[in-house]
Amino acid sequence: MDLTYSKEDESFRQTVRTWLKANVPKKDKTLSDLPPNDPQRIQRAKDWQRRLYEAGYVALGWPQAYGGQGDTDIMRQTIVNEELVLARAPGLIGASGLTMLGPTLLQVGSEEQKQRYLPTVLNAEEIWCQGYSEPGSGSDLASLRTKAELVGDEFIVNGQKVWTSGAQFSDWMFCLVRTDPDAPKHRGISYILIDMKTPGITVRPLVQMTGDAGFNEVFFEDVRVPRENLVGELNQGWLVANATLFHERNMLGSTTRTQLMLQNLIRLARSQSRYGQPAAEDPIIRQQLADLTTRVEAMKYHSFRQLTDATRGRQPGIGAMVNKLVGTELNHDICALALEIMNSYAPLNRRASHVIDNGIWPYEFMFTLGLIIGGGTSQIQKNIISERGLGMPKAR
Amino acid sequence: MDFGLSEEQDLLQRSAREFLAQECSPQFVRALLDDEQGFSPALHRKMAELGWTGLLVPEKFGGLGLGLLDMALLLEEMGRAVAPGPFLFSSALATFALMRGGSSAQKKAWLPRLASGEAIATLAFLEASDRLDAAGITLKARKKRNGYLLSGTKMFVPFAAVADVFVVAVRTRGKGEKGVSLALVERDAPGLTIQPLDIFDRTRRVYEVQFKETPIAGFLGKEGKGWKLLAQLQDLACVGLSADSLGGAQQALDMAVEYTKVREQFNRPIASFQALKHMAAEMVSEIEPARSLVWYAAYAFDSRASDASRAASVAKARLSEVYTRTTNKAVQMHGGIGFTWEHDMHFWFKRAKWNEFAFGAAAYHRERIAHFDGY
Repeated sequence: MDLTYSKEDESFRQTVRTWLKANVPKKDKTLSDLPPNDPQRIQRAKDWQRRLYEAGYVALGWPQAYGGQGDTDIMRQTIVNEELVLARAPGLIGASGLTMLGPTLLQVGSEEQKQRYLPTVLNAEEIWCQGYSEPGSGSDLASLRTKAELVGDEFIVNGQKVWTSGAQFSDWMFCLVRTDPDAPKHRGISYILIDMKTPGITVRPLVQMTGDAGFNEVFFEDVRVPRENLVGELNQGWLVANATLFHERNMLGSTTRTQLMLQNLIRLARSQSRYGQPAAEDPIIRQQLADLTTRVEAMKYHSFRQLTDATRGRQPGIGAMVNKLVGTELNHDICALALEIMNSYAPLNRRASHVIDNGIWPYEFMFTLGLIIGGGTSQIQKNIISERGLGMPKAR
Repeated sequence: MDFGLSEEQDLLQRSAREFLAQECSPQFVRALLDDEQGFSPALHRKMAELGWTGLLVPEKFGGLGLGLLDMALLLEEMGRAVAPGPFLFSSALATFALMRGGSSAQKKAWLPRLASGEAIATLAFLEASDRLDAAGITLKARKKRNGYLLSGTKMFVPFAAVADVFVVAVRTRGKGEKGVSLALVERDAPGLTIQPLDIFDRTRRVYEVQFKETPIAGFLGKEGKGWKLLAQLQDLACVGLSADSLGGAQQALDMAVEYTKVREQFNRPIASFQALKHMAAEMVSEIEPARSLVWYAAYAFDSRASDASRAASVAKARLSEVYTRTTNKAVQMHGGIGFTWEHDMHFWFKRAKWNEFAFGAAAYHRERIAHFDGY
């Protein structure tokens, strides 16, 4: 055990940090007042990812043949992730393509698919959205009913997807569709790539409790998709999606964001007066802050441990299965305490007078609740941990 | 950057687990519940033969010269086995006190005997006030012609009945941290009497120890300058107890999961019910990240990191609660049988409570974290 970084890693970190300092886009008040889907904002987000990519800091591990860096050093990937958070850099607009589609194509895509799609995922020329959930298929994703009939060399797609983040500005969707209605539910699904400009697609924004319209309903009416857009084998889509659905290692570096949130929370507690004294002097608030600290520290070292396992080439064990459950609930609990500290000021919206920290806390309080649900609810996570991790039998 | 165990450490932990499964089974623990001293000389001897009692002791005094991280792996396995006995107090705490505070004569006199398992030591720290700070140390050591004499009482002294030597926190003057000294007192010193306290965790015996004009065998370090080492011993104890709690929590989880797989109700194994699966998953989601807290706290202690004390408090605060919550759920997952004396689960349930309060409960350590973090 040795928590010091090698000279090479330290100097790489310095290089990344210096580049980010010079290049992270400054907050632009006129832009941030625009709705999140405003074309100007989208373009700016694309520009940011492209510049980060050109600097060599996007998806380091992807092979050079498809525009990647071919740098499989997990430590450097983690350093980039950490520094992005520390520099308070905006998130990447192409995240779905980078974390979900890309790894899937790299694993099971055809050579043509990899060459066609991966380079534009990296430089944000094309943005992808994920077409998984449906109104009737949430936690029971494999029951999905959006139908794709193979007619000649085309799929004809009919049905509806929901909770589709970014569909309104996405160029493509990677989508799970039912291609064999008679097979057992897991064995009649295919994974296809749909051009969002194809006739028959309607995107309808869904407003979240935060007031943002971050995700959408997507309707398909006789949408024609070329057969070559099938990824993997016909009716093997469930396996294709699952190959990367639980990319636990994507969590690496994400605890940095939680650490930053905790720092901001402690700053808030020290500056905010509550019932006549600084919140940080209230014994109960102190206990809660320190309790969150122990949980954040645990996740920090837990991620170090997984990082070490990964660099040693070990398979992630049961420890990695808890990342999503613990991480999302921890983030939400941090925000919940922030609201408690802010008390009467907690419900103030971003534009309200007297608002604290630009209203980020109530916004994040709601947003992080969404993350507890999205990508497999906490309850589903607990099923995964107990069934796959502990070998407890499925309910009959 | 490497945050994992070495091959040797993996091996140490694995072999400790196998040894304890063999030599310290639940039946063995159960038999010791009724033992007058709660101590097995045979087990202690076997652990000594494996080098465990000398794990921290430098090689030149007959030990292995390893660190707290290695010790924590052993303690984790002892927690898993709810091993009864003075190991933590003798081979970790008192031994470390002698290593850091002892003169070369004191080291020569005690470390080889402690390492070989021939002698057992313990720490007499708390008093009736149950305070953990320097003000809690009021047992007076008065200077006489031939040295210092102790008169007063120490409380909750672990395994006093089998200790050959006591590391006793005493006050030689003043009120605060200055004036606290660590005295070495031998078991047969005149005026030293012990009284067992009947407690529910019979794997962790504690005693009231009285001193009446009892001569000390010298100080560890300088007279009046013992607080720093005592504070370090508290950190060490927090890491050690956290490791014990980690192993115990893991064992309670394993036992509960195993039981639910074989216990059938409503014509199916109860492990197929989500209510129980989710309890088990919650236990995992607390235990796994907590493991890294123990590792880090031990590593920080060994490398004398500037945040070593904070790390000890973070681990103790978290593990205190995780162990208690885990054993509570494990008992419930067993249903009625888990509440019986006949079933073993109460060993861990009770140990969790002992560990929770010893050397500061979670709330005490959270307040310390708040101090360390400047709020």
